Amino acid sequence: MTTVTTAHKNAVGTAHTRVEGRDKVTGAARYAGEVPFADLAHGWLVLSTVARGRIREIDTAPVLGLPGVLAVLDHRNAPRVETDYAGLMGSKPDPTCAVFQHDRVPHLGWPVALVVAETSEQAREAAEALVVHYEQEPHDVDFTGEHPDAYALDGHMPAVAEKGDLDAELAASAVVLDAEYTTPEEHHNPMEPHAATARWEDGRLEVVDSNQGATWVVGELASLFSLDPASVRVRSEHVGGGFGSKGVRAHQVAAVMAATVLQRPVRVVLTRRQMFSLAGYRSPTVQRVRLGADAEGRLRALEHRSVSLTSTVHEFVEPSAGVARVMYDADAHHTANRVVRLDVPTPTWMRAPGEAPGSFALEAALDELAEKCGIDPIELRLRNEPDKGPVSGLPFAGRDLPACFREGARRFGWADRDPRPGLRRDGRWLLGTGTAAASFHAGAMPSTATVTAHPDGTFTVRIAAADIGTGARTALTLIAADALRVPPERVRVRIGDSDFGPAMIAGGSMGTRSWAWAVTAAADELRDRLALGTGVPAEGITVRSDTTAAIGALAPAERHSFGAQFAEVAVDVTTGEVRVRRMLGIFAAGRIVNPLTARGQFEGGMVWGISMALHEEAIRDRATGGHVGADLAGYHVATHADVPDIEADWIEDADPRDPVGIKGIGEIGIVGAAAAIANAVWHATGVRHRSLPIRPDRVILAGGPSA
Amino acid sequence: MALSTSSVITLKINGEKYTLPVDHRTTLLDALRERLDLTGTKKGCDQGQCGACTVLLDGRRTVACLQLAVAAEGREITTVEGVADGEQLHPVQQAFLDLDGYQCGYCTPGQICSAIGVIQEHAAGWPSAVTDDIRPEAGPPPLTADEIRERMSGNLCRCGAYVSIVEAVARAAEAGTDTSTAAAARISPEAAAEEAVA
Repeated sequence: MTTVTTAHKNAVGTAHTRVEGRDKVTGAARYAGEVPFADLAHGWLVLSTVARGRIREIDTAPVLGLPGVLAVLDHRNAPRVETDYAGLMGSKPDPTCAVFQHDRVPHLGWPVALVVAETSEQAREAAEALVVHYEQEPHDVDFTGEHPDAYALDGHMPAVAEKGDLDAELAASAVVLDAEYTTPEEHHNPMEPHAATARWEDGRLEVVDSNQGATWVVGELASLFSLDPASVRVRSEHVGGGFGSKGVRAHQVAAVMAATVLQRPVRVVLTRRQMFSLAGYRSPTVQRVRLGADAEGRLRALEHRSVSLTSTVHEFVEPSAGVARVMYDADAHHTANRVVRLDVPTPTWMRAPGEAPGSFALEAALDELAEKCGIDPIELRLRNEPDKGPVSGLPFAGRDLPACFREGARRFGWADRDPRPGLRRDGRWLLGTGTAAASFHAGAMPSTATVTAHPDGTFTVRIAAADIGTGARTALTLIAADALRVPPERVRVRIGDSDFGPAMIAGGSMGTRSWAWAVTAAADELRDRLALGTGVPAEGITVRSDTTAAIGALAPAERHSFGAQFAEVAVDVTTGEVRVRRMLGIFAAGRIVNPLTARGQFEGGMVWGISMALHEEAIRDRATGGHVGADLAGYHVATHADVPDIEADWIEDADPRDPVGIKGIGEIGIVGAAAAIANAVWHATGVRHRSLPIRPDRVILAGGPSA
Repeated sequence: MALSTSSVITLKINGEKYTLPVDHRTTLLDALRERLDLTGTKKGCDQGQCGACTVLLDGRRTVACLQLAVAAEGREITTVEGVADGEQLHPVQQAFLDLDGYQCGYCTPGQICSAIGVIQEHAAGWPSAVTDDIRPEAGPPPLTADEIRERMSGNLCRCGAYVSIVEAVARAAEAGTDTSTAAAARISPEAAAEEAVA
């Protein structure tokens, strides 16, 4: 039988609980470190205790004599790996993942050995007992915006974009703002620590892992170990959060090495503390913004310069100055991202890389400019809405930022706002409100998918997608159901397996857009085949799609999600406490597949904005080169009591020229959120806080309204 | 005298008895996850800072990573695997599922066990740091969103699903005083009352 004639109601656009929800609330969902293996051995990484130098000696012998210890791998005996290749992201791998290849130590917390034992307790004790001798060298971990060695660096965008005469336009401006903003080092800290189990099975390397893309990890491991990619399989069914940190890391590589040496399954799990030096992080930034406007607030000059840091072994840039290339035009428009190399771990992508810190600086600067111009901050932004990409000159594929502001202002009660700061009190609290704009790129990358029709009228979708909490598995179920014109209950989506063929990672807010494209293409073709009415054989009918050509044919345009963020805060300038009382975010983010999970994506991003504005800050100790309090007590992330009523909603944002219409929503929720809070703190207190987080000590020292 | 570094212990988990040898260093969390294949209880930090490993020990919320397995002998241990009534989800589980009180799901078992504890503690009249009237005779304060947030703050959710988690806890609390489930039966009202006075 075929099922294509069944009357069908669209699944996309209506709320659906997660298809794996029952497994998650009963504890049945198994994450990477929880999949059982017979004869499993446990690996524990040993990290350097110096920030720069050379390993002189490792006292392996006493540790090998400890109970249960099977092996100690270090630079003298570990398998060699290849690092001269370009991975899925188009760049060479961060040498941090190529563990145990030499005796150099480029930062504190660098992996120097892996101890493998029968139990995790034995491995941990042996790892702690392993004595490593170093030749220590002076290190430099001191990040400032004025570092003499800072240089311009291209990342996922060109380092520098310049048009117009900046000095001339600034000189001709009626109002000029020149301010420096800083953001601290921030860490992803997904709740599930990175974990991988590696084993050789019938000549194939199998890795059960927690990652944001099985295709990505399988490619990197095959290249590192010089293996045929077909002989490597990476599975990652449930992932306990990623936020950019779960790519190829030391733990997978160390596990593969140990499994190869010992010829038995080996599991390596990072500890929470180890994650602070091995999982990547967001670089601190120092950003200077100069804005020049005419008396009506129209921008004549815009300069945004950002400095971030990277390690001495790998280049990564946090491109904070890229935000203005999408958001605002000016006659003179200069943006530049520079980096400085220090003796620290390599930073990496973290939720809205570039946009999160960049939007804090730019959107706070816009708020300051609005104050100077005596113009409402929303009105100022509306007056500076560009009709094409400020740098690219390309048309926007939808840009309904004004509608987001209008709807947000209406629901937040913005019209009643007195713009003057420091006037509203509620007992010991000063109250204020703030707003900021948000945008995030809506990209797509080639992916493959298969859809199989079974004789019983059900379907199986297979795609190497990753659901890191985004609800992608459920969204793809709804997408496939609509494309096949069947109820979602008849569709089973399998993800997180590199054997399903190449697919985009869960990253850059591109996952669901890219995967949905591939799933739709395969489902459409399958439906055409079924319409022929030839029946479904026992083995089913499978159609495979590859979106490479279709994505290549997409007309060039500025494709982005947009949003308007609103926050109300209460500030006690005596205790320094800042409380967010309510937040509202209105987004224009393409087609929303599953309203239930989408709301969580937006709200989660806004919670990150609260956390970024008020709590998160990794402190590096100049003397040791390591962190102070590298754990969840020393590094604060927002918890229940920090998060008030948050409302996230969206407006219609259809692009009839786009074949999928999905824009991706994982990142835009954080963009502008910290700026909206900082702007609200100014409105409450009359003090501009240009350094995040807005800690109690900073609030106390800054004081409040003089009145 | 040679000191032994391991013991054979019997743990009572979700109403069932498990006898197993454990290394004395083994935490209750590792005993559950690595020895008994009860992997529903999650390890987020292994140092008592995130709440992902929250279980109910004699009905009280406890982080299993800071509890040695040998010290849990003789206690009633309830994990996320034991809160449902057969196929019937616990009201807290059902509310998390219906209201999307999670994203990645890794903190979820801890949030659920914690929420069950919160609802019972609240019903027993325990105050929290945001309770206005803490006199014992005042009885349970209204279980407002702020009360839930305060009481649940030991459980981090990095995905930031707090808004829907709070909604889920509120709905589950409304769904009934929740005495029908096996988990609820394990908290002693006398012990709770004693605690509230102390």
